[in-house]
Amino acid sequence: MAIQTSTQAQTQVGTAQRNSRRHFRPRFSTILAYVLLTLGSLVMVFPFLWMLVSSFKDIREILDLNFFPKNFTLANYREVLFNTDFPRWFLNSLIVAVATTTSVLFFCSLVGYTLTRLRFPGRQVVFILILSTLMVPTEMLVIPWFVMSSQLGWVNTFWGIAFPGLIPAFGVFLMRQFFETLPKDVFDAARVDGMNEFGLFWHIGLPLVRPALAALGIIAFIGNWNAFLWPLIISKSADMRTIPVGIALFSGEAGTAWNLIMATNALAIIPILIVFFVFQKQIIEGVVLTGTKG
Amino acid sequence: MQARADQEPLTSKKRRTGLTLATRESLWAYTFLFVPLLFFLVLRIWPAFQSFYLSLFTWHVDPAKREFLGLGYYQEMLSDPKLRRALLNTLLYTAIIVPAQLALGLGIALLLQAIGAFKSLFRAIYFAPYVTPAAAVAWVWGWMYSVNFGVINNFLIEWSIFWEERGLPWLVIDPQPFLSSPSQALVAVAVIVIWQNLGFQVVIFLAGLQGISRIFYDAAKIDGANSWNLFRYVTLPLLNPVMVFSIIISTIASLQLFDQVVNVNFTDQGGPLNSTLTIALYMYQEAFARFRLGYAAAVTVLLFFLILMVTLIQLRFFSRRVEY
Repeated sequence: MAIQTSTQAQTQVGTAQRNSRRHFRPRFSTILAYVLLTLGSLVMVFPFLWMLVSSFKDIREILDLNFFPKNFTLANYREVLFNTDFPRWFLNSLIVAVATTTSVLFFCSLVGYTLTRLRFPGRQVVFILILSTLMVPTEMLVIPWFVMSSQLGWVNTFWGIAFPGLIPAFGVFLMRQFFETLPKDVFDAARVDGMNEFGLFWHIGLPLVRPALAALGIIAFIGNWNAFLWPLIISKSADMRTIPVGIALFSGEAGTAWNLIMATNALAIIPILIVFFVFQKQIIEGVVLTGTKG
Repeated sequence: MQARADQEPLTSKKRRTGLTLATRESLWAYTFLFVPLLFFLVLRIWPAFQSFYLSLFTWHVDPAKREFLGLGYYQEMLSDPKLRRALLNTLLYTAIIVPAQLALGLGIALLLQAIGAFKSLFRAIYFAPYVTPAAAVAWVWGWMYSVNFGVINNFLIEWSIFWEERGLPWLVIDPQPFLSSPSQALVAVAVIVIWQNLGFQVVIFLAGLQGISRIFYDAAKIDGANSWNLFRYVTLPLLNPVMVFSIIISTIASLQLFDQVVNVNFTDQGGPLNSTLTIALYMYQEAFARFRLGYAAAVTVLLFFLILMVTLIQLRFFSRRVEY
């Protein structure tokens, strides 16, 4: 449903913009719209700003609740970066997110390709099997996952943290939708030239779905970067925590040292905000297409 | 998924392998699907059934020492006041978050459609919180809500002083307890969730609005419709599928609430007095703090059926087809 909506949206963005100009609304309502949107934006932005300015205050000033720090200090960041495991959590999150994203891109497109471009007995069954996993909430899986991980020695390992995100069903659907729209002549031509099925997928299929891969990849990255419940369960030692787990447990121990807590959370939030503003188009497209953040 | 009508072209290379084309294609397919199928069967489907199974036994690391309870845990759930509280809270969260997000998301999307300049900047601002880690964001909000050192109460105090000095005491708002009050904490957490996920709704509605052809609006205008009529009889009905989608997504997310609840009150998770406790958090506490994995598994089965039921009901009631 979302997929239809957004493809319609893409073709009609131009028309919609032209419409709003041709349809001359009274000036007052446009001004009102800007005023309301600006007020709303303040609410959206304020927590981030407050976090940022507070992270530059020292402990004596933090509870004064002035907006701008009187004595600007980077001591909180120094403390978090050099006296906690934060760099390690960052590295762990990076390893997990890069590994899962790579797997998501490869396997989701491979399955999407197979389900649309190849004919084989059981195709419908495989599709329904994958579809059915969407009905099961993660909460229902974490207990068996934990039991299984304990038996197999996956607790407190990168594999243990990463495995649930390796092949998300929503990614399979997204790629399947995109492969379905490709003309089959291209594939037949390459097949006549003697290319095998993997070559067709790798050299012909993948380059044609690059926009979908970009959207899926960035969504998978963010989803795995932000994941909290499962990494909280499966990581046991401080050096195996991901950023969300690390900062939560650190903040929990920091008591009322809000300056440190704000610096830690700023270090968790700012990088992902930068990623968002760089890849804004792909992220929003991916979210509209998949209806999820990973 | 439609089967391809025409046949594969035969090439000399393919004939040399000695296999029929169909067999070759199936072999390739299952080679490609081997790892993903293993993943879905072993790590997605089997664990789902395992949850049902585990919920029938008391937990012990050694499977031989697990005691069969049958539906014992399900009976226990019926008379567990803490679970009842978690269930009630979860439904309350859903009842607050879903309509609020629907109304605000649609409202902001309509406003965004009405403006020209800065449209994508505004969209980015409203969307930004959605990509940030919920665990981190909850800490920032938790401090903003702080009774004595929170910026919100600080603002309320200054606001009240400002109006009192100008002789308008009826504008005075007293500082609030927010997260430390059992009657306000749930709403305070709901506000965080709405703030964080609003951007998703905005983006979905914006895509939906842009998908409505202007032919409908032109036709209605010729018939003399004013802008309220246009909204009520053109925009809303044509947006119905998008609304169903948005409601289902935010309902499912609300039923699974966890990250924000844990982090907003880290020392008393689910508190004060279980007033913010959710099903997901209760499951987590039972499984990983009290190690009652069997009971926790039964709770997740309840959550599974809750989500399934809500999805079915909503699909049934909201997805009436609109013909125009």
